[in-house]
Amino acid sequence: MMDILKQPWPWYVAGPLIGLVVPALLLAGNKAFGISSSLRHICAACFPANISFFKYDWKKESWNLFFVAGIVLGGFIATQYLSGNHLVQINPQTSTLLKQRGITDFSGLLPRDVFSFSQLLTLRGFIFMVVGGFMVGFGTRYAGGCTSGHAIMGISTLQWPSVVATCCFMAGGFAMTWFILPYLINL
Amino acid sequence: MMRNIKYLIIGMLFGIVLVKSEVVSWFRVQEMFRLQSFHMYGIIGSAIVVGLISVLLIRRFQAKTISGEVIVIPIKKFHWGNVYGGLIFGLGWAITGACPGPLFAQIGSGFAVIIVTLLSAIAGTWVYGLLRDKLPH
Repeated sequence: MMDILKQPWPWYVAGPLIGLVVPALLLAGNKAFGISSSLRHICAACFPANISFFKYDWKKESWNLFFVAGIVLGGFIATQYLSGNHLVQINPQTSTLLKQRGITDFSGLLPRDVFSFSQLLTLRGFIFMVVGGFMVGFGTRYAGGCTSGHAIMGISTLQWPSVVATCCFMAGGFAMTWFILPYLINL
Repeated sequence: MMRNIKYLIIGMLFGIVLVKSEVVSWFRVQEMFRLQSFHMYGIIGSAIVVGLISVLLIRRFQAKTISGEVIVIPIKKFHWGNVYGGLIFGLGWAITGACPGPLFAQIGSGFAVIIVTLLSAIAGTWVYGLLRDKLPH
């Protein structure tokens, strides 16, 4: 049993389990699946700065902060106790291309030659970690949700604005990967 | 506190799935946007199907929450932020290899440097709040 759990989980196991988060949160207490809202609650709790968007009773939404704390804990448990130390088995075409572009470390979930403290002060590291993170936080709030809130919760509840948002997420991702990232990765 | 523990547990299970299925891997996101693997599409697609069926069943049987409340699903109204914000998020997603959920899971799995990315995402949300009235919606 543990051996099976320690293997990487296939999509047809992981996807349905992620889908079950939707009814789990609804049944647990009428909560809509969504993660980017936690970033707003952190702003409201820590740096409201008299901005009207952050003036609300974030404590009423504290379930969301427990939920994301759980995700951190889950990441820890999966890595410490359920890891079989497998490399991420990506398509060889993808890895060949990334190698050509200078990525050398394929040992973790992320390439440490881009994502590490020593890279933070390089232009490339700054763009990948700081600028990228800023775009994720700004974009998801502007869009009113992220992959969980729009793509999964929104489409599951048949809301067309979420379909529009999800198409835009994908369009942005394709544009970055195909047209911009090749330049950024060589910085 | 105690009534929030259940959300911590659901989050924990979700975090385990995110890491074990490698959704939180930058490499998987690259592969997805290069259309070189079905893995991520399979995960998001089957998650939507299961979510959709679950919501249909909840509506069909008028299921209540564990404390007996009627289940209400919030309505999302269209605004142009869905488009502009969506594009900005998509661009960022392909750089960081992470949407907000995976950022938390990456930190838990030991990539301490991603705390910087998360703080930057919080800053991005804050700047959105600051500029909200001036942005097209």
